[in-house]
This record gives sequence, structure tokens and C-alpha cells, in this order.
Amino acid sequence: MEDFEPRIIAFLCHWCTYTGADLAGTTRQQYPPNIRIIHMMCSGAVDSIYILKALIDGADGVLIGGCHPGDCHYQTGNYKARRRMAIIKEILNQVGFTEDRIWLRWISASEGKLFADTVTHMVEELKKLGPNPMKKLWVA
Amino acid sequence: MDKGGLLTVKNNDPVETLRGFFRDLLEKKVVEALLIPKKLPSGDGYCQTLIRNPEMLMDINPVAPTLPVQSARIISHLTITDPGCKIGAVLKSCEIRAVIELVKFLQVKLDRLVLIGVDCLGTYEPSDYATMSREAGEGVSITGELLRGAREGKIEPRKGYNLRLACQICEYPIPQNADIVIGLFGHDPQREIFVQVRDHLATELAEKGILATDVEGSPSRDMVGKSLTEERMKKRDEVFDAFRSGTKDLQDLMDALSTCIRCHNCMVACPICYCKECVFRTPTLEHKADRFLRWADRKGVVRMPTDTLLFHLIRLSHMVTSCIGCGLCDSACPNDLPVATLFRAVGQKVQAMFDYTPGRSVDDEPPVATFREDELQAESGTL
Repeated sequence: MEDFEPRIIAFLCHWCTYTGADLAGTTRQQYPPNIRIIHMMCSGAVDSIYILKALIDGADGVLIGGCHPGDCHYQTGNYKARRRMAIIKEILNQVGFTEDRIWLRWISASEGKLFADTVTHMVEELKKLGPNPMKKLWVA
Repeated sequence: MDKGGLLTVKNNDPVETLRGFFRDLLEKKVVEALLIPKKLPSGDGYCQTLIRNPEMLMDINPVAPTLPVQSARIISHLTITDPGCKIGAVLKSCEIRAVIELVKFLQVKLDRLVLIGVDCLGTYEPSDYATMSREAGEGVSITGELLRGAREGKIEPRKGYNLRLACQICEYPIPQNADIVIGLFGHDPQREIFVQVRDHLATELAEKGILATDVEGSPSRDMVGKSLTEERMKKRDEVFDAFRSGTKDLQDLMDALSTCIRCHNCMVACPICYCKECVFRTPTLEHKADRFLRWADRKGVVRMPTDTLLFHLIRLSHMVTSCIGCGLCDSACPNDLPVATLFRAVGQKVQAMFDYTPGRSVDDEPPVATFREDELQAESGTL
């Protein structure tokens, strides 16, 4: 388990978290390189299929980054994303997958440090959890 | 408030009496077209039919004990553009609930629709019905066998057969949200049928001499409906408990779904899956060869085609909040997977999160279409 490096797929909203991730880079914040970022126009555009496919195909964690409540460029996308996450998590919970591998976080364009800290923290937590058991499910 | 009236049954034939009632509705232009189950020429099943000519009402059976397709789909086709006339639709309770959900997703318009519900005795699988109708032969009414239990609410399926599981665990034997309800419970169907009518229609029916709505209500029907509901909820809880105790982790779920052949029948049969182009019907998941080989490399082996679990989880996440429990996914599954139980058991918990009951009212907003600013704070976590 020592050398387990979790792989995180991140869906980041264009207006806030993606720009926040940019800021983390330009301000030379250090964070672990375990994250693969996918640029979305809004966290509300992250359909459950993206998240579940990433997990089933073996991602150890999925991070969805959106604007703080009230800040959504499209008014309400982040609130809808939040409902969708709650629904996915409850479904997974009901079918016996209770691990906390889907993270929804509000990170604004000015919060480069928060982005770096979030990724660092998520990697630590996923290391504690170990590899995603779905990796081994060949019949999935 | 709703009003009630009693239809006197002639010649001990409730279906014939109802045929007269529907003939009146058509002839006296309460509705200009009628969607109603009618016996197939083969005699071994029923299908929904659209009838404009009152002379063609022979062989209709509003109490038909099969549900070959979800009529909510048909209603969507008939009302999404203005049909130009008033359509009366004779539906089962689960079909009306599906209609209510589709109204909220802008797939059904109610303005030209008269929803006619029928107290539901339950339905057989169409294949079972075909077998038993051949077995029973001429002159035996399978509907009549079920109707016999309507008064006491003790519905006995034909010996050697059972009603569909979805019907055995259905909490809504009495339809809600209908403009007219044919009440079968709590009355002797050989003698009388209770008809419940919305206020605006009651006057029209009385004026046209179709039905005098002079009865307060039917306490005996309410009582039978209540006890049936309780009985079925008990059975439902047993089914859910068994499912939950058998599904402790994802492997259990995959074992339960292991014989899925990805025919997508459950999706096609589902009234809530209304998308014209489903992602599973697009090339989105048709990857290039190297992608599959890479997964095979990583996992050692991958099942082909892929995406069984993904399909069922995505269907859950897209429509479980609106699952009305008609169980047509179960009927459509060629391998008898417990898809309806999966949807209903998971749905019960997810719907409870938002205090949402699908099919209850057109005024309830579906959970996926709305939000509250102050809810689910914990979802976005803290560092």
C-alpha cells in the first residue's frame, strides 16, 4: 500500500474551479500530480455518467469543482450539481458502495491555494482508503 | 371535491355495463375519442386501442388484467401536439402516475385529456394471460375471476399463476389524480359499480343523463382500498428487505445482474425513460480497440461488451427519483433480472431524501429539476 498513488479524475467548471486551478499553477502552489483535469463549462453539466464511468473504469476518486453557491455563471448549475451528487451517492450507498470517493467542492477563481489544498487533502484521504475496488471488477 | 354515483349492473355483467357507460361518454361527446383496452382478435390478450366510433366498443375491457405496454407513452404521443379533440384515456393507477410524471417533464399535456382510472385488480404477464385464456377456454372470464374478490378486497389469482410482482407490492390499487374513477372495491360487481367524478365533469355527466352523482362517497370502497394497500405494503417491505440483505456490496449487485444481456428492454419499456436519444443508444461508449485493450491490460480481463453495471447505475441515477413502480422493466427483461425491485428499493430511499412521491401531484417538482439553496450543505464538504 506504501507506493499506492491514487488517480483522480476532476471535472472543473470553467468559470471558477478551472480558473482556480490555473491560479494555483501561476502562483506556484505545490500539489500532488495525481489529478487529471477535465474542463467543463459548469458543474451542472457534469452528468452522472461521467462520474460513474470514471469510477467503474478504475479512477480512485472523482472531484467535481464548481462555483460557490450563488456565484454560478449560469445562476443555478452548481445547486443542481449538488442534488445530482447527493442522488448518485445515495444510489451507490444503497447498492453497497459506501466509500467516499466522489468529492464535490466549491472553489472560486481566486482560490488557487484552496484548490491545491483540496487536491493534497483528497490524495491523502484516498491513500487511506486504498485502491478503488471497482478496479478489480472485470464483469462490470 | 369529487362526486360519486352508482352504475346499476345489468345481467350480472359489470364489463357490459361499463361498455354502456363508455358508449355514453363517446356518443354524448363527453370525450371525442377513447383510449381503452380491447381484446385482441386472437382472443388471448388485450391491447390499448383508440376508438372514435361507438359501434366499435365490443370486446373492450376497462378492467383488463394485463399491462402489455405503459400507456403513459401512448398518452405522450397523443397529447404532445394538440390532438384537436378531447381524449378519454382508460388507465391503470400506475399508468396515471406515469402520466403525472411525464406532465412534469413536459412530455404530456393534460388540457385535452380526460383521465379515467379503474380500481386495479392487478395484472398478469401477457404470456401468462395468453396461456391461461387458452387453458380456460371459451366462456370463462379471467377478468371475472379477479372481479369476484373486488368486494372484499381478497383478490385470488387463477390457480397455478400469480399476478406480476409489481402488482403484488403496489400501494395504489385505487387510482389518484383521475377525472373519473371506476370504483370496483367494496361493492358487489354483479350489482353495482361506484363511479367517482371530478366536480367539473359531474355536472356534465348529470346533464347529459349519463350518471347521477348523488352519492356522498363509498366508505366500503375506502376501507377495502386501505386494507389492500396495507397488505401490499407489507409484502413490499418483505421484498425490499430481501433485496437489501442480498445486496451488501457491488459484487452482490453484479451477481444479481450477471445474466444481463444489454438488450435495453428495461429502458425501452420504462415510461420515465422518455429521452428520444439515450446516451446508451449513441456511439458515446463505442470506444476504439486500444481503449478496450488498455482496460483488459489493467484489469487482466474485461467482460465484453462492457458497461453492464454502468447502464443500470446510470438508469438509476437518471430516473429513480421518478420511478412509479409499474414493473414493466421486470416484464420486459428476458432473463428475469430483479430490475424493478432494484429500482423500487433504491428509489424508496432516494425519493425520501427529497420527500418526493412520484405520481402524487403535478405540482410537486421532480427532485432533479429543482433545488433549495439551503439544503445538502454537507455534500460540498469541508477541507
